[in-house]
Amino acid sequence: MRDARWAAVAAATVAMAVVVGCGSSDSGGGSGAKVKAPEGPKALTKLGAGEGQVNLIAWAGYVEDGSTDPKVDWVTPFEKQTGCKVNVKIGNTSDEMVTLMRTGQYDGVSASGDATLRLIAGGDVAPVNTDLIPNYKDVFAGLKNKPWNTVDGKPYGIPHGRGANLLMWRADKVKPAPDSWGAVFDSSSPYKGKVTAYDNPIYIADAALYLKSAQPDLKITNPYELDDKQFSAAVDLLKKQRSLIGEYWSDYTKEQAAFTSGDSELGTTWQVIANLLTADKVPVKVALPKEGATGWSDTWMISAKAKHPNCMYMWMNHIISPKANAQVAEWFGEAPANAKSCGQTADPNHCKIFHADDENYFSKVSYWTTPTKDCGDDRGAVCKDYSEWVQAWTEIKG
Amino acid sequence: MGPGVDGNQGLAATLWRRPRLQLSLLLAGPVGWLVIAYLGSLAVLFVAAFWRLDTFSGEVVHDYGLSNFQTLWEVDVYRTIVLRTVAIAAAVTVTDALLAFPIAFYMAKVASRRVRALLVILVVLPLWSSYLVKVYAWRIILAEDGILNWALDPFGLSGPGFGNVATWLVFSYLWLPYMILPIYAGLERIPDSLLDASGDLGAGAGKTFRRVVLPMALPAVVAGSIFTFSLTLGDYITPQIVSSTQFIGNVVYTNVGVANNLPLAAAFATVPVVIMILYLLGARRLGAFESL
Repeated sequence: MRDARWAAVAAATVAMAVVVGCGSSDSGGGSGAKVKAPEGPKALTKLGAGEGQVNLIAWAGYVEDGSTDPKVDWVTPFEKQTGCKVNVKIGNTSDEMVTLMRTGQYDGVSASGDATLRLIAGGDVAPVNTDLIPNYKDVFAGLKNKPWNTVDGKPYGIPHGRGANLLMWRADKVKPAPDSWGAVFDSSSPYKGKVTAYDNPIYIADAALYLKSAQPDLKITNPYELDDKQFSAAVDLLKKQRSLIGEYWSDYTKEQAAFTSGDSELGTTWQVIANLLTADKVPVKVALPKEGATGWSDTWMISAKAKHPNCMYMWMNHIISPKANAQVAEWFGEAPANAKSCGQTADPNHCKIFHADDENYFSKVSYWTTPTKDCGDDRGAVCKDYSEWVQAWTEIKG
Repeated sequence: MGPGVDGNQGLAATLWRRPRLQLSLLLAGPVGWLVIAYLGSLAVLFVAAFWRLDTFSGEVVHDYGLSNFQTLWEVDVYRTIVLRTVAIAAAVTVTDALLAFPIAFYMAKVASRRVRALLVILVVLPLWSSYLVKVYAWRIILAEDGILNWALDPFGLSGPGFGNVATWLVFSYLWLPYMILPIYAGLERIPDSLLDASGDLGAGAGKTFRRVVLPMALPAVVAGSIFTFSLTLGDYITPQIVSSTQFIGNVVYTNVGVANNLPLAAAFATVPVVIMILYLLGARRLGAFESL
């Protein structure tokens, strides 16, 4: 009797929770266009006084206030100069950044190309009035007005820096030195069990990039715009590669440890990881293979609902100022966006090592972009979108 | 007389000789917590499993359908992942039961009082250190240039590397205390006189174990297995650190954190819930809950 009454109360409460949980929300429009920028968000027309603070989402190492290393600090000078206190939330993946931005609680984000279009299409970010950012004129031409940061001729962000996903190997174990991505896809590889790859759906693009030259009959033009046949060829290649993989890496410390211990001997990497390993006297070599490579180009974007837009504009101007941009590029290990930064780096060769002004080098790099339904060419809306990439990645890992 | 005293008296008068009301007020907090925070979130999870994701905008659409369950059923990889997760959870449970029983038996029936106390401390000791520290320690043990390969090298052998075997080893290590303690408690409750009686009646050690100890300790083993099985079933951090294999939890995590596909994640998350309900029903039939 008493039990029955408690059960009734419990059932009523659950029912209530269900009703609350079902509260309807508007469903996003699903038109077939490549990326259509929503009408709503407008760019700032005039820079006003700072609002006293700014809330950022950033990759680890992009917003340093000296708390990681007292010598690494480009936030404190900004705070002193503008009176805008910087609050930062570290995003670990592009996907996490998109989710965080959708909360509307942040003023800006350092988004990679595989996040930018999703943010623009979702109406989460506003166009940027580059006239209000004096340092924008010094940004490398190769980074301006690119498909991942500009829609309908309107820039949606400020380029921060870029880098390539390189091929790395243990020079003492892997001979002869590879010069092709074929080394990580060769099913009869002598390095079976010692190959590593980046643990993220976007890695499918690396396989597509290799197939672009290895199987020209697939007619792959862009590794992020894959139709059914091209996509399944890339996925099949990765499923075969699965047996070669010792383990995938997703954060750079894991790869660093795996190459140090010898668990991985060959695979994709970032320049910064190679530098750290070399500093630890691990004999690794890196190369940009003959097929080219995937890479990233990051963009500072301002939220469509920014509560501190003036501070955000000041921050965007600051982070690409020659000094700050040089500092962040050296700390993170990438090529700076501002051409004048190359004269400001502590290591005078930094821009050379990271090929900052080498447009020929970066012309071989296909930057991360969000795969969408629309192929962006005359094939129409037959390409695989990102959620299909995610599902395929689960299947590849098995 | 102050108003506060008045209020207190009023309250006392209301509660006086009303045990039902007293009990309701007493239990309102904890039961409310259980129902709202725990069952409520489960209910929301279950509802979310029927929503779907708009593939273009990446936003959740709140209309109901079975598309997620259809995906889980039709795409082979999800079945493989469920089977793998359950198989490793079962392997870990069996391994822990085999390892824990002799230790627990020694602690309960053979060891002196001092040794017993020492053993209990030793068994509980690993629980004082962080989960992550223990898993990363295993990563170092199992690495290519790790201590395991170094020890096996003279015999021309090498360790299992990072993979399914590594996950099985690490989980078996992590959850062993959760198996030892219930079995120890269960064995301690068996009176020594029963073992003596069995011996007096002519049963050998083996027969006593099979016919007397095991039937009486079985509920305790099942109770311990609930911990080892459910903890393995729900974990996703260890597989990520010591292997590249995917558990149910990894797929849920990827779908929430990477793909932003909450509905599919919710649908997949109902699978371990169903498995555990079946497991607990089975465990109840074997009398495990009296041994907890």
